[in-house]
Amino acid sequence: MVQVTKADVRRVAHLARLTLTEQEADAMTEHFTRVLTYIEKLNALQTDDVEPATHAVTVDAPLRPDRVTNPPNPALVQTAPARDATFFKVPKVLG
Amino acid sequence: MDLFRLTMHEASRLLRQHQIRALDLTRAVCTRIRATDLTLHTYLTVCEDEALSQAAVADRQLQNPDTAPPLCGLPIAVKDVILTKGVRSTAGSKILADFVPPYEATVVQRLKAAGAIVIGKVNCDEFAMGSSTENSAFFPSRNPWDLTRVPGGSSGGSATAVAAHQALASLGTDTGGSIRLPAAFCGVTGLKPTYGRVSRYGVVAYASSLDQVGPVTKDVQDCALLLQAIAGHDPQDSTSVNYPVPDYQAMLPQGIQGLRVGIPKEYFVEGMQPEVEAAVRTSIAELQALGATPVPISLPHTEYAVAAYYIIATAEASSNLARYDGVRYGYRTPQSDGLTTMYERTRAEGFGAEVKRRILLGTYVLSAGYYDAYYLKAQKVRTLIRQDFLRAAQECDVIATPVAPTTAFAAGEKITDPLTMYLTDIFTIAVNLAGLPAISVPCGFDNQGLPIGLQLIGRPFDEVTLLRAAYSYEQATPWHTRTPPL
Repeated sequence: MVQVTKADVRRVAHLARLTLTEQEADAMTEHFTRVLTYIEKLNALQTDDVEPATHAVTVDAPLRPDRVTNPPNPALVQTAPARDATFFKVPKVLG
Repeated sequence: MDLFRLTMHEASRLLRQHQIRALDLTRAVCTRIRATDLTLHTYLTVCEDEALSQAAVADRQLQNPDTAPPLCGLPIAVKDVILTKGVRSTAGSKILADFVPPYEATVVQRLKAAGAIVIGKVNCDEFAMGSSTENSAFFPSRNPWDLTRVPGGSSGGSATAVAAHQALASLGTDTGGSIRLPAAFCGVTGLKPTYGRVSRYGVVAYASSLDQVGPVTKDVQDCALLLQAIAGHDPQDSTSVNYPVPDYQAMLPQGIQGLRVGIPKEYFVEGMQPEVEAAVRTSIAELQALGATPVPISLPHTEYAVAAYYIIATAEASSNLARYDGVRYGYRTPQSDGLTTMYERTRAEGFGAEVKRRILLGTYVLSAGYYDAYYLKAQKVRTLIRQDFLRAAQECDVIATPVAPTTAFAAGEKITDPLTMYLTDIFTIAVNLAGLPAISVPCGFDNQGLPIGLQLIGRPFDEVTLLRAAYSYEQATPWHTRTPPL
């Protein structure tokens, strides 16, 4: 039985930049405990000599000439919740 | 005859023979949507005006049937995780509720180049995370065979659109079964291509090593037709393979004499609905009657697939969904006192509960101290699962299994217990981990008239054999002609 604490959940929520209400944090702790306990079944498998699979199909990283193919696109700023000319506006980053 | 009931191949023939017009076909589908969608809740956006003008263009092109492109004039629905330029694309989420993409997915570009008409964007579980479409931030979709039941997910809208004739076909996506499950629950055909067969460019990413776009259709011939249009290398998706695309339709009627069909014992387990097992076993007997040879096989790591998936997929999702931060597009929280709180509140307010669960679980399994125990372990188990299928491929050409342990469950039945919901994918998930192609075709109904799906799993990039097997089965059975009483 995996023990996950609310502190673990809050730590992870901070890493994921997600605020949780008290209720959500409680529910999440319970959910984590259930799912991670279920996932423990993987420990039954001997995998010391098994290579991890990172790709479904082996694809070589395709290369291409180092030439710009996507010039700056002003249309991309149109979706910004806040913008200033061609800049995305956000709350102050420093200070 | 109701034009909206046609298959793509039937409609295409009638269009090219000038017996029907594209404009009338599109109008009929739009009228059908209006008549049924208040009940079914399939569509998030209907593109009626644009569709009608495209239909007019199609009619002009069809004046010369020899040069008209392969899908000319055919109205097709697109899952809302697939971006359509200038047309709202939400991924089923509030965080993208008003997002109008400035670019288009490659698969949509290919549909249009083939002359298809994008009739609208259909509902799905938020960010494709779910097995019932109940996680859509907007509304749940309903199963056309029984409105009190779920259509399956995450491509629920893609399946209901086809089952209820609200489009001639649709595109869905499949990461853990999200095309095959709703296809089975709704009595239609759905294919997940081999990973890398179809471009993911412009498809909202959930789990990048698992996601694939695929066709949801009324029959196998339509499935082949639609796959033909979207398959192929895309330089903009570095995970798409540069292998030639075969003719998926040519071999369909060749029959399955001598085809070896693997029957994995691990897919016939306790707890399955008896009618589902019976229908699938009857289907295997049918395949045998058509000339195939059933071969008992074992895929010993099957029971570990769901656990491995919920580590790998959530880990990848936590990375893919980091971009939804309110900066460049999508929802931004109206009040914040700095960048960090802007991120935190935007995401807290914009994401639904299941999405948050998966992001957080994914973050946890990737975090320092846990990476080896979870993520690395899961990736090793993934190798073991793949090896099971590689071994099986030496003994058989396709594998036959149920799609799900039960038929469509009731709305609300599983939504409060995520783990139970996750186990719905028990028969579909290993296929994504292995990157194989797989199709769901209707193979019967249970005692309450709910559809049952037969899953056929193929070798990598051998959709030709997979489709041929599915076609042979379909043509010898009546299931694909049955339609909900709507």
